[in-house]
Order: sequence, then structure tokens, then C-alpha cells
Amino acid sequence: MTTLLTLAVLVLVAIAIWQLTKIFELSQLRTEQHQIATDSDNKNNGYMLFGFLVFIYGITIFSFWNYGKFLLPEAGSAHGEEYDSLMLVSFIIIFIVQTLTQALLHYFGYKYAGKKGQKALFYADNDRLEFIWTIIPVIVLAGLILWGLYTWTTIMDVNDEDDPLIVELYAQQFNWTARYGGDDNVLGGANVRMIDIDKANVLGLDEADTYAHDDIIVKELHLPVGRKVNFKMRSQDVLHSAYMPHFRAQMNCVPGMITEFSFTPIYTTEEMRTNPDVMDKVKRTNKIRAEKSASTGEALDPWQFDYILLCNKICGKSHYNMQMKIIVETEEEYNQWIKSQSTFAETVMKDDTNPAFNTVSAVSVAE
Amino acid sequence: MSATAHAHVDDHAHDDHGHHHKETFVTKYIFSQDHKMIGKQYLILGVFVMGFIGIAMSLLFRMQLAWPGESFPIFEALLGKWAPGGVMDADVYLALVTMHGTIMVFFVLTAGLSGTFSNLLIPLQIGARDMASGFLNMVSFWLFAIASAIMIISLFVEAGPAAAGWTIYPPLSALPMAQPGSGMGMTLWLSSMAIFIASSLLGSLNYIVTVINLRTKGMSMTRLPLTIWAFFVTAIIGVISFPVLLSAALLLIMDRSFGTSFFLSDIFIQGEVLHYQGGSPVLYEHLFWFLGHPEVYIVLLPALGITSEVMSTNARKPIFGYRAMIASILAIAFLSTIVWGHHMFISGMNPFLGSVFTFTTLLIAIPSAVKAFNYITTLWKGNLQLNPAMLFSIGLVSTFITGGLTGIVLGDSTLDINVHDTYFVVAHFHLVMGISALYGLFAGVYHWFPKMYGGRLMNKNLGYVHFWVTAICAYGVFFPMHFVGMAGVPRRYYENTAFPMFDELTDIQVLMTVFAIIAAAAQLVFVANFFYSIFYGKVGPKNPWKSNTLEWTAEQEHIHGNWAGPIPEVHRWAYDYSKVYENGDYIIEGQDYVPQHIPLQENEEEMNH
Repeated sequence: MTTLLTLAVLVLVAIAIWQLTKIFELSQLRTEQHQIATDSDNKNNGYMLFGFLVFIYGITIFSFWNYGKFLLPEAGSAHGEEYDSLMLVSFIIIFIVQTLTQALLHYFGYKYAGKKGQKALFYADNDRLEFIWTIIPVIVLAGLILWGLYTWTTIMDVNDEDDPLIVELYAQQFNWTARYGGDDNVLGGANVRMIDIDKANVLGLDEADTYAHDDIIVKELHLPVGRKVNFKMRSQDVLHSAYMPHFRAQMNCVPGMITEFSFTPIYTTEEMRTNPDVMDKVKRTNKIRAEKSASTGEALDPWQFDYILLCNKICGKSHYNMQMKIIVETEEEYNQWIKSQSTFAETVMKDDTNPAFNTVSAVSVAE
Repeated sequence: MSATAHAHVDDHAHDDHGHHHKETFVTKYIFSQDHKMIGKQYLILGVFVMGFIGIAMSLLFRMQLAWPGESFPIFEALLGKWAPGGVMDADVYLALVTMHGTIMVFFVLTAGLSGTFSNLLIPLQIGARDMASGFLNMVSFWLFAIASAIMIISLFVEAGPAAAGWTIYPPLSALPMAQPGSGMGMTLWLSSMAIFIASSLLGSLNYIVTVINLRTKGMSMTRLPLTIWAFFVTAIIGVISFPVLLSAALLLIMDRSFGTSFFLSDIFIQGEVLHYQGGSPVLYEHLFWFLGHPEVYIVLLPALGITSEVMSTNARKPIFGYRAMIASILAIAFLSTIVWGHHMFISGMNPFLGSVFTFTTLLIAIPSAVKAFNYITTLWKGNLQLNPAMLFSIGLVSTFITGGLTGIVLGDSTLDINVHDTYFVVAHFHLVMGISALYGLFAGVYHWFPKMYGGRLMNKNLGYVHFWVTAICAYGVFFPMHFVGMAGVPRRYYENTAFPMFDELTDIQVLMTVFAIIAAAAQLVFVANFFYSIFYGKVGPKNPWKSNTLEWTAEQEHIHGNWAGPIPEVHRWAYDYSKVYENGDYIIEGQDYVPQHIPLQENEEEMNH
């Protein structure tokens, strides 16, 4: 039945197009033969250009109205606030320029649409005008560049001040692993050449390095709120990118080198869950999920907000599902959690059959 | 020196073109050395064949994004074993994305755009009988054809075509065990690109030599139409940057096949440690983007050149700020070679380098802004003839502004952190280089169609339908896409269902896909119009758009050598539209334009040259 209907519609559309071209050809015969814009073409398309300006404004407003709420919520990191204000200012500038230039472009297209007898103005040069619109971008961009560079150097300055927590993010096709320095907060030496699958030493830690002994390897990232975290990223196979959008943080993981990023989480997961924007988003999302469950019969669990680490550099087949949960919690909760995790010495080095990392189920038990 | 050169050209022309040539089908249509035919060959192969494949691929993966995991008979029909039961496989999704990017950037927008119009217009607009070397020009096209053939063949190999993204970053692209597409598919990709680069270099060298040496008498550099300036500078950037891509490709081939470690180090994959030691993927990124960024301007500058010419002609006004336009083309060209690092802010390269590249990148916004303002001023107080080509030119300026402005965000290393590799980037570059360059291409086809096909004109009403549907759909696809990116959705994800936080974005994906399908359908109108007009288009006047440039003085019927008589001599710049005497009369009575070959009139003041 549906097929028949579709076919019927297609046939009708085809007939309509055929008839339209017929009419169009007939009308062509009566009017002018040539294919060069006439005054009426100019007039019509002039109106269309004006209409198009309205369309551009319309789609802008439509998008903000409908999709504005989809944007990432307030940043969960200390540098994120600065990031967001720089973004806001850049966008204000962008929208002012966009609104004005599109208006001029399309309005001129409408206003000066060709007419017989209309004389164009021979206007080839004006040094002053050109100077003005060279110098204005220069000034505006200089401001943005300075502000951007200042923020950039601050963000990218990974240093050991304020006793940062040292965490390694380890990427492989297609999952993430995190490693803590343990009691000494120092990561033990590691290299892919020391990976020993039989002993479950999947991160290639150096057993001879005593710094490695107290390292804790986990599949779920826990961070204490308010303490700076220095991430050291490694990859064992291809390029990956550690993308933590809620923290305005991203750095590629490159095989053969250790890359770094640093930020201070400022809201716990629990606090973030009570953020009004986030609560709205969760409500909307769960409504969609419930509807989808009802319509497809596939049960989708209701979602609650969590910080997340995504892979954001194409890395192969399951790139789209390479993720790790991030939990930001209070200092006490974090300490309690980390204490319940086994160290490298207790797992791999002691017993070959133990997995190197603390599984997520063990984590849940600890919670 | 130049006088002798011209004398020589004329003699040569006399020798060669005085007699009637017997041309066989093969020498006329296949192994042609005539620049006009080669231009058309580029257009057909680059735009119609490769463009069709590239756009069709985008529709397939857009459908997957809008309706993830859904079964479509068309997937099964086109993808076969890669869409079991009509559900697209994740590997082939990446392959489609990769090949779409490769084909659109290199084959359609580099070869299809620059190849078509540089070949067609350079000799015609500078007043030359042909390219400096017709033979090299032919070789260049046929190398491009071989590259295209290999790229198409790679779609059919056992494990699928290259799938590491169009940037083919190693190690993903270097290790066949990392993904199926990195086997035979990648080998073919690299071979195809190596040949493509050779083709591009031969073409570019030819354009440069032709523009420098074969300009007709009186055609000084400052009298060149802006199209030629754009093609000329584009060719120079190509010659500077494409060899670097070749070196990257060669080193990657060595890493893949001969066990070297230029880009690879410390790799453990599929249960074993590989021997590679000491290489760096970041080095590859530098080499790739040393071409990759200038490539954006290789794609864009010809489109801007075409727009300058079409806009001025149809506005019946000189292009505003001719010298500023040349200066900004040169500034953009220069800056384009020192901004590549903005693709690598978070690649692990030194943050200080990031600062330098932020600085140079935001500098490039200045000449770009100058160009945009100059276009707008060109429209002001014009007498706009809104032909389809003119509409596409106005459309180009619109998307160039919209897409270019978001570059302020992406070029700023700080702001790039959180939008890098998200859909925000995809939206940005599609508007600023993809759509804009395509509009430039369409403007060029509508405008110079009569020059390609014996004075026939394309149907304007179908052209209007084509423009308006495309213009609306292009914004319909790419404007909402910015929001998807700002919501944090990474690009090159097969589906977004693994993250509940992206659930509510599905509706936008559907909207974008619907617009994309309509936009693609509108291109069929263009294709139909194009081929119909080749055979049945109405023959218009010799100079249908009342343009000043030399190509419209050449014969409508194609002859080898372009002008039956001597090559016209140039006496003025290309933009004397609506020029008047002090008393307000047009220079030539009843005609609002003065072609370049018309000598200065009595009492006429030579302005701007």
C-alpha cells in the first residue's frame, strides 16, 4: 500500500514537472528568446535577494530559539569561565558583523537591481574607505588576538604549582584507561615495549620502577573538586584525542610522545546535576528516550548527567563509542574511593591472573 | 623583449592557423592540446563525474547520521556487503566520509574548478593563442584522469577504500591492522594522490608561464582581469605547497611498505609491539597541513577571481578597489603558507607555536575582510543584471562572510580547544570553502558557458531554480550544524547514540539531511540544464553579458588559436563599465562598457591605468 502510494506520488510529481516545463517552454516562445536577465528577472530576483536576507535572519533566530539550549552548559573547570567569556565576546562581534554585512549585501542586491536606463556609478576606488575597513578589522582582531593569546598561554602552562594531581590518560582502540600516581603522586615509567598481555600489564608499566608500584589503574576517572589536575596523555596505537567538552579541555594522544593538559574542576558531578540548564537537558533527553523506548521497543535507560571523556580524533571502527565516565567529587569522597582501589603492585605484580586495572564493577562496590 | 615575444606569437599563429588543420576525433576530443577542450575535459571529469560521486557519498552518510542504524534498500544496493541488511557498517561510514572529503577537495574543487577555468580563461583573457605548452597541458589532464580512475578503483577493493579521514593521519592510515581501509585502499589513495600532485604541478607551471610570457600587447599585469590574477596566484601557491604533500605521501608510503619510521613510534596493536621507533605523527601533520591550508585558498581564490569578474560585469561597474583586490590576493597567498599550524593547536605541538599560528591566522582575516567589503561596495549604486552567474556570485560573498566569521573562533587557539574536530569545524569549512567555491564554480559555468559551447547560453530560469534552492538548502544544512558542534558533537562519528547527551540533537540531524537531499536534487536541475544546453541551448550574441574582457572578442566557434585574425591589442584595464565623460555621457555612446581592446577615446582620461 505504502509502495503504491509512493509510486503514485512520484508519478504525479513527474507529471507536474513535465507540465511545468511545457508551460515554461510555451511561455518562453511568446516572450523573449534569449537567456539573458531582463528587467523583470532583475526585479524578481532583487525581491528574492531581499527575501533571502529575511531568510538568513530567520534561520539565525530559529536556530537560536530552538537549538540555543542544546549548547554545552556552564563550564566545569576554572579556566572554562574565561574561555566562555572570550567565546561570548567573539560571537557578539561575529553577529554584529554578520548582521550588517549580510544586510548591505542583499539590500544592495535588491535596491540596485538593474532597470533599463539606470546608470551605474563608475566608482573604482576610495582610499579612505578602504583604509577604514582595513583598520577596523585590524583593531578588533588585535584585541581578540591579545586576549586569546593571554588565555591560551595561561591554559597551556602545565606546571607543578599548587600540588596538582597527576593523572595519565591512556588511549587505545577503542577505550580509555586512567592511571594515578598513587601515594607518591608520581607516575612510574612505562612504555609499549613493556606491555605484557599474559601478565595483564596492559599499560606497559615498568615493574622495576618503584614509582610504578603504587600506581592505580582505573577505567573510570575520579577527580577531587577544586584541585588542579595535570593530565599526561599517551596512546598505544593510533592518534586519539581526549575531549572533555564540559571542562573546555582537549588534547590529542599521540603514540610515541606524552602530551599534557591541565585544568581544575570546580563543580562536582552532583553540583552539576543541579544546574538548571543541565536539569532541563536531562528532562528533555529522558523524555526523548522514553518516547524512543516506547516506539522501538528497545528499552533505553533514563539518563543522568555525567561528565564524559570522548575520543575526538578519528581512530577506527568504534571511534564513535570510545568514552570514559568522569566523576568529580569532594576531596573526602575522592580519598575514600582512591583508597579502595588496588595498586599496580597489588594486582599485576602480585598475581598474574589479576587484571591490571580496577574494573568498573569494583568501583561501584566501593561507592 | 616582450615585443619580440608577441611578434613571435603572431608569426606562429600565422603559420599554424592560416591553414586548415585536419583534426581526428582522437586529437580533437580525447588527446586534445587545445586549452578550451582541456578546460571542458576538466569540467566534465572533475565536476560532473567526480562531483557526482562525492555528493552522492555525502547523502549516504547524512542519511546514516539522521536515521542511525536504520535499514535502507539504497544502502544495500550501493554498498553491498558493507551494508548487510541495508544497515550501514561503521567502517564504510568512515570510508564514505574520507572519500567524500578527498574527492570534493582535490578532484572537484581543485582540479574541477581551477583546471576548468584556468585552462579556459587564461589564454582567452590575456590574449594568447593557447597555453605555453599545449602538450604539458594535455599530459596534466590525463594524469588527472589516471588519478581519478585509481581513486574510483579504490572504492571497489576487497577491504574497502581509504577510511582514515581525508587528512589520512598516520598511524591510522599507516597500519593495515588499525582499520580495513588502511590496506590496499590506502595504497591506491596514496598512488592516486601522487599522480594527482604531478598533474597539478604540470598544470600550475603551465599557467604561471603562460600568464608571465604570453600576455598580448598592452596587457600589463595591472590590466589583467582579477580572474587571471587569482588563477596566477593560485598556481603559485600550488607549486609551493603541493610538493610538500608529495613528500608526506612518499614518506608515508615508505613507512607503510618499507618499514621506515618517519611518522611512527612506540606502537602496540593487536597483541604485538611493532618495531617502529622515533617517528612522529605530528611531523606528518605539519607536512600535510603545509599543503592542506594553502589548499583551502587554492580552492577559494579561483572562485573569488571568478566572482570579481562576474560581479563587476553584471553590476555594470568597475570592481571596487582593483589594486586592493590584487594586494589582498597576494596577502592571502602569502599568509596562507604560514598559518597551517592552526589545524594543530591541540596536536601536542609546542603551545608557543600555537600562539604564533593564532597570530598569523587572525591576520589573514584582514585581507579577507577587505575583499568582502570591496564586493559589497561593487554592488552599491550598480545596475545589477541578476543573471544566474551574478546570483551565485552574491551567494558566494554571503557564504564567504558567514563561514569566514566563524574562522575567528577556530583560528583562536584558546577557543579552538573545545570546538576542534567538532561539527562546528565541519560547518565552518563547508560554508567558507566548500559552498563558496562551488558557488564560484557555478557562477563560472553559467557565465562562460557560451565560451565553452559555441555561444550557446544555459537556460536562465532553470538557473534561477538551481540557485535559489541551493542557496536556501546550503544554509539549511550548515547553519544549524554550528549548534551541533557547539553542543560538543565530534565529527566522524558513525552515530551519536552512544552518548545520551546527544540524543536531543537527532532532530537537527534529520533537518540537515533533508536539506542536503533537496540540495542534491537541485544539482540535477543544473546537470540537466548543462547537458540540454550543450545541444539545444539558444545561441546568444557574441558578447552576451556585454563584458570588457578579451575572451568575448574571440570567435564563438572554437578554432585552434582562438582568434581568426591577429590577437587584439589591449588599451585599458578590464573594468571600464559605465565610465563616463565629465558631461555624463558614456565613453562609447549608447554602450555602458568599453572593452579592453578599444583604444582610449579623445578627451578620455585614463583612470586606474
